[in-house]
Amino acid sequence: MNGRIGPRLAQVVPTLLLVSLLVFGLQQLMPGDPALLLAGEDQDPAVVAEIRHQLLLDRSLPVQYLHWLGRLLHGDLGYSWRLHQPVAALVTTKLPVTAQLAAMAFLIAVGIGVPLGVLAATRKNRPLDYLVSGVGLAGLSTPTFWLGIMLILLFSVQLGWLPPSGYVSLFDNWRQSLATTIMPAFVLGAAISATLMRHTRSAMLGALGQDYVRTARAKGLGEVAVVLRHALRNALVPVVTLGALELGTLLSGAVLTEQVFSIPGFGKLIVDAVFNRDYPVVQGVVLVTASAYVLLNLLADLLYVLINPRMRGL
Amino acid sequence: MSASALPEAVRGARPGALLFRRFAARKAAVAGLVVVALFVLLLVFAPLLAPYDPIATSWSAIRQAPSWFHWMGTDEDGRDVLSRVLFGARASLLAGVISVGIAASAGVPLGLLAGFAGGATDAVVGRLVDAMLACPFLILAIALAAFLGPSLQNAMIAIGLAAMPVFARVARGATLDTMTHDYVEAARALGNPPWRVMLRHVAPNIVPPVLVQATLAIASAIIAEASLSFLGLGQQPPSPSWGSMLNSAQRFLTQAPWLAVFPGLSIFLVVMSFNLVGDGLRDALDPRSD
Repeated sequence: MNGRIGPRLAQVVPTLLLVSLLVFGLQQLMPGDPALLLAGEDQDPAVVAEIRHQLLLDRSLPVQYLHWLGRLLHGDLGYSWRLHQPVAALVTTKLPVTAQLAAMAFLIAVGIGVPLGVLAATRKNRPLDYLVSGVGLAGLSTPTFWLGIMLILLFSVQLGWLPPSGYVSLFDNWRQSLATTIMPAFVLGAAISATLMRHTRSAMLGALGQDYVRTARAKGLGEVAVVLRHALRNALVPVVTLGALELGTLLSGAVLTEQVFSIPGFGKLIVDAVFNRDYPVVQGVVLVTASAYVLLNLLADLLYVLINPRMRGL
Repeated sequence: MSASALPEAVRGARPGALLFRRFAARKAAVAGLVVVALFVLLLVFAPLLAPYDPIATSWSAIRQAPSWFHWMGTDEDGRDVLSRVLFGARASLLAGVISVGIAASAGVPLGLLAGFAGGATDAVVGRLVDAMLACPFLILAIALAAFLGPSLQNAMIAIGLAAMPVFARVARGATLDTMTHDYVEAARALGNPPWRVMLRHVAPNIVPPVLVQATLAIASAIIAEASLSFLGLGQQPPSPSWGSMLNSAQRFLTQAPWLAVFPGLSIFLVVMSFNLVGDGLRDALDPRSD
């Protein structure tokens, strides 16, 4: 096992370095001079030159990059041009909001996707399988933000059951918090449940064809026990790891969902930053997201080795 | 055993004809293709089919519900929603196809080269692809669109660049797979220079998986364009795009719910159809699927 983990860990460092290089490179795509942008209407050449000097824009690109990287390694993600706060502080205040949304979404996705996948696999090529697969494909084809708008139309505008927007923290009032987050969490979860359903279906079909399932059936075990205790337990191995990879979908989806439901999380932070041309915040959010994704990918790989008995001897 | 009892593949049917027959046997995929074709027709003939000018405002027809005169109603500026949905198809489908074109033309050669050359080239390309894949697709596209500036053209470039690494990965995998075949070894043994082996013998064989990836990627790219336009980073007003129509529809949900229904349904239909075609193509190309 150690033989597999070592090289995998070693891959992470160059990947993270390249991510940092890409995020730094984004800045070079920007049309115009950031110093001029920051100086605003007061475009006194001396002020602009001073800002340029402060931001190290008068130095060569490698120097700028190394300086930026050095600050990153000390936890300094830069300083918001518009909100006048350190980007790291902004990220840490917004992250719990998105984390709550993502956790609820993931529970909903697993709660819908895994049972439906099992159901489809046990009824392979029968009407129920086609129905579930069709619903799954429809789920994959529905834009997150449109589903959100349609749910607001139904549950807030027509029925008046749920608030259309806003956010209340779980620690302030849990009932209000659930009322404000259940719709966005469902919207976010629906997209992932479709993918999870597809993964579970194919993993279950693989598991149901295995010898140990035939043995379990031959022992006279009931079909429910065979499916749940023998097949599903093995089928869940790839599903768990593939599920972890859905974090990217979750974060991308959160950007749109938070915009539709006006939730002040991580996604709204990047969108607002884009419109305010607050580039350090955009860079910071992309960097944090990408690093989290790389580390979770690593975790998923390690988890796969740990929970799959066949990989342990390697 | 008579020759006609042999499977088609053994009798040497032309691969194109075989693929066509296997694809045609999949009803859902054919239905998807028909819907895609219909949308392409709408896109081409939008100026003839649209009952009104998509950007002409009319203060006497603000937010009218669907009626005989305006089948999909009118929007907050009195513009005909049906005409805007028809012209919006142009932005969405063109963005889908062009951004995937950008992604494939950058990613496929990179993947082919990495897989064929191996060694250091492969390692460098592999790490670059990993780094790009580490950024969630839409977040990378948003960041690129933000730095490039908001416009439909920049949204296409952003989506194309963000989708590029997947093409590199698919092309690399297919290249490695192709290189295990004897005919590549034979082409080398005959003394062909490496570039010739790569372009003449390996490249044509990676087309099928790239084609499947491209079809599915168009579906994601259409959603991505709609998402960027919804956020205000794609098509700029007053030009219509399904995503930007949904953005303004959100402000009038209580007064004019129809504004939110039709553009969303159009995105859903087109994306679903591309997904069906992609799934069908993949199954038709997979010999194990029968």
